[in-house]
Amino acid sequence: MCIGIPAKVIKINGDMGKVDYQGVQRETSFMMLPEAKVGDYVLLHAGFAIKRLSEEDALETLELIREMLKAGEQTDER
Amino acid sequence: MSVELEAILERIESDSTLTRGMVEKLIRDVGKPLTLMEVCGTHTHAISKTGIRRALAGKVRLLSGPGCPVCVTSDADIDRFIALARMPDVAVTTFGDMLHVPGTESSLAEQRDAGADIRIVYSPLDALGMAEKEPRKEFCFLGVGFETTAPAILATVAEARKREIDNFSICAAFKLIPPALRMIAAHPDLAIQGFILPGHVSAVIGSEPYRFLIDEFKKPCVITGFEGADILQAILMIAGQIKEGEPRLEIQYKRVATKEGNKAALKIMEGMCDVKDSMWRGLGTIPESELKLKEAWKDFDAEHKFSLPPLEHRERFDTAGCRCGDVLLGKIIPPDCPLFAETCNPSNPLGPCMVSSEGACAAYYKYER
Repeated sequence: MCIGIPAKVIKINGDMGKVDYQGVQRETSFMMLPEAKVGDYVLLHAGFAIKRLSEEDALETLELIREMLKAGEQTDER
Repeated sequence: MSVELEAILERIESDSTLTRGMVEKLIRDVGKPLTLMEVCGTHTHAISKTGIRRALAGKVRLLSGPGCPVCVTSDADIDRFIALARMPDVAVTTFGDMLHVPGTESSLAEQRDAGADIRIVYSPLDALGMAEKEPRKEFCFLGVGFETTAPAILATVAEARKREIDNFSICAAFKLIPPALRMIAAHPDLAIQGFILPGHVSAVIGSEPYRFLIDEFKKPCVITGFEGADILQAILMIAGQIKEGEPRLEIQYKRVATKEGNKAALKIMEGMCDVKDSMWRGLGTIPESELKLKEAWKDFDAEHKFSLPPLEHRERFDTAGCRCGDVLLGKIIPPDCPLFAETCNPSNPLGPCMVSSEGACAAYYKYER
């Protein structure tokens, strides 16, 4: 039930707006994410945008995984 | 810029060299097998679907937790929803997964087959739209969910007041995750070494409400995203904490979860609700684990509007042999239940963990047999 999907903001008009999720457009409330802007990727839950997805943080996750894997290769001392 | 974000998400989602590398690393690095709990039903589903549980068998034992709202909603609540559905001129609106959950004697699906007006919606705002279009009918939305979902439903109530739509109400049974985790962490029969914490509950509440798991219970915790790579990375982080002997509260799902959470959503919950004790199916009564509308919002509270009798804090659910309660606590995994896949299956679910597609039994049935 706590499923959230990332969607792209294509229109904002006050509290309401529209997002695009894999080509499907949906009315979305931005009541809980007033800082969202057109072009942002947001996490959508039950018709509400609840978080702006951060590109820097997504990249950091990817890089941390790569580092973990690299560290595993180098320090396989056991 | 967002094209790049899409490419990064795509790699996290589907780069099998990452997931394979992490599985190999875990199998290589973990010595004594670890017992962890994935708290959230969406994690349970993802772990079954991606095959992570099987891939790590013998190294990491992943127990499912109470994080499926449909599964932990008490039968007293379901009975109450059914009572609403039976009222003339009341349309019950709900997320689809509530439909087949058994109450004491019936389910919403059976009521709908018998002619009750029960409508499935994607968003509570859709239910509000229906109420606006049909002003002569009462529309009640079933407020089931954790901290991820409660603000959306509450915001819809605020919107109803703003737009003066007075034929809309909610029947609230919102549950809170941290008090359930306190109960599990303190449980004498459960030896859980670390928690894979829910990503989207945390998007709303932030990381700090889990701090007690470190301070009081010394359990490693990682707030985790929902892709296979996210979950494997979180398991590696927990394994690292256990190896170092230094429990920490870490966020793996940084692209979504923060320390502070969503301030607007938190304000909505604090402003509109009181916290009360709550009956969880399988877990019993957990102190201060439910949100109820404050007195100021009673015009939108179905309990008040339809004079519903107070809820009994008593487990009535009694399907002989069903062990959903032990599954929700992480005491057993679904195949340990004698009914699993025999008399209890998705076409004939006996317990709530088989009913909801996010329930641990449904996930095991679909992906792990």
